[in-house]
Amino acid sequence: MDVLQLQRKLREHQAAMLREFSQLQKLQDESSPDFVIEVVKMFFDDSENLLNNMTRALGQVPVDFKQVDAHVHQYKGSSASVGAARVKNVCATFRNFCEAQNLEGCVRCLQQLQHEYSLLKNNLQYLFRLQEEIQAAGGSIPTIE
Amino acid sequence: MNRVMERDGVVSEQVHVLAVDDSLVDRKVIERLLKISACKVTVVDSGISALQLLGLDEQRTTSESDDFVGLKVDLIITDYCMPGMTGYDLLKKIKGSSTFREIPVVIMSSENILPRIDRCLEEGAKDFIVKPVKLSDVKRLKNYMSTATREVSAAAGGFGGGGGGGGGINKRKLSDTSTVDDMSSSPPSISPSITPSSSSSPSDSSSPSPSPLSSPIRALDSPIRRLKMSSAD
Repeated sequence: MDVLQLQRKLREHQAAMLREFSQLQKLQDESSPDFVIEVVKMFFDDSENLLNNMTRALGQVPVDFKQVDAHVHQYKGSSASVGAARVKNVCATFRNFCEAQNLEGCVRCLQQLQHEYSLLKNNLQYLFRLQEEIQAAGGSIPTIE
Repeated sequence: MNRVMERDGVVSEQVHVLAVDDSLVDRKVIERLLKISACKVTVVDSGISALQLLGLDEQRTTSESDDFVGLKVDLIITDYCMPGMTGYDLLKKIKGSSTFREIPVVIMSSENILPRIDRCLEEGAKDFIVKPVKLSDVKRLKNYMSTATREVSAAAGGFGGGGGGGGGINKRKLSDTSTVDDMSSSPPSISPSITPSSSSSPSDSSSPSPSPLSSPIRALDSPIRRLKMSSAD
């Protein structure tokens, strides 16, 4: 695949990412072209951290649902800030299960969130790989528009 | 604040906003929103840090008693839910200080909890924004800052307390099943008290568009009515 094709692919994926993380769209401009990817990376790290916390909290006996809820609350907040709508919606359901102290429901929600997380992880890794290939071929990374 | 008095009603310098949020992602986003809106921004991750920067921490009661020059800010925007000192605690500290109470304080929260909103407004918050914060929210904030300078330079005393006047409370989103009870440790306050500066009739909160919520009577709206409100946006 030549550089032009790689760049086109990257542009398409970046545009898709912008559409997905809808809140970040208006915050991108020429003066800060890497802003979106920076925040998405932050969100990704944040996600990993929070998911680990939730997993640990749900694995305790007995489960401290308030603790779990605190983590979900945080995750809901940051997902709303970046516009990750699916994650945010799952978190809302998750919180209801926490309040009802429904362990099964909580575990199901956690699995959904883990799924969303791996989707994001795969996409980010793919984006970075594209960037690396472009740079290796001597091309420039198209900025997100 | 010297900058305020320089010219009558006109702030010639860039407005300076102090943003407080414990979430890294949210800090990044709010900083960006403010910078895009031509504000100078200082961001911290806790209420304690904010107070330290201002010069209003435990070690001192007033910033004028020594050589310490605290940060000069035109507005403080803070998250509500933070570990240690909540945004509400921070608000109280600022409004309780003779030096800093004139600074408009805006609260952000990811949860649309009416008693919480009321409590913040009663304590003197200028506005309450339900996250995610949008550019239009930040635009509205800038009005508070210029309004403040106009009023301070025009009137002898401070402008009428935070209470219910001024900016609209935006984004009454009820898309998720938010509970009436507040999540914080204090019991929800459905206080029937009416702030003197607000109008006597409850504002019509049936439309999600920005409307000034001038009265705490809002908190007595029936939960059924609230749940029926459609979530727009």
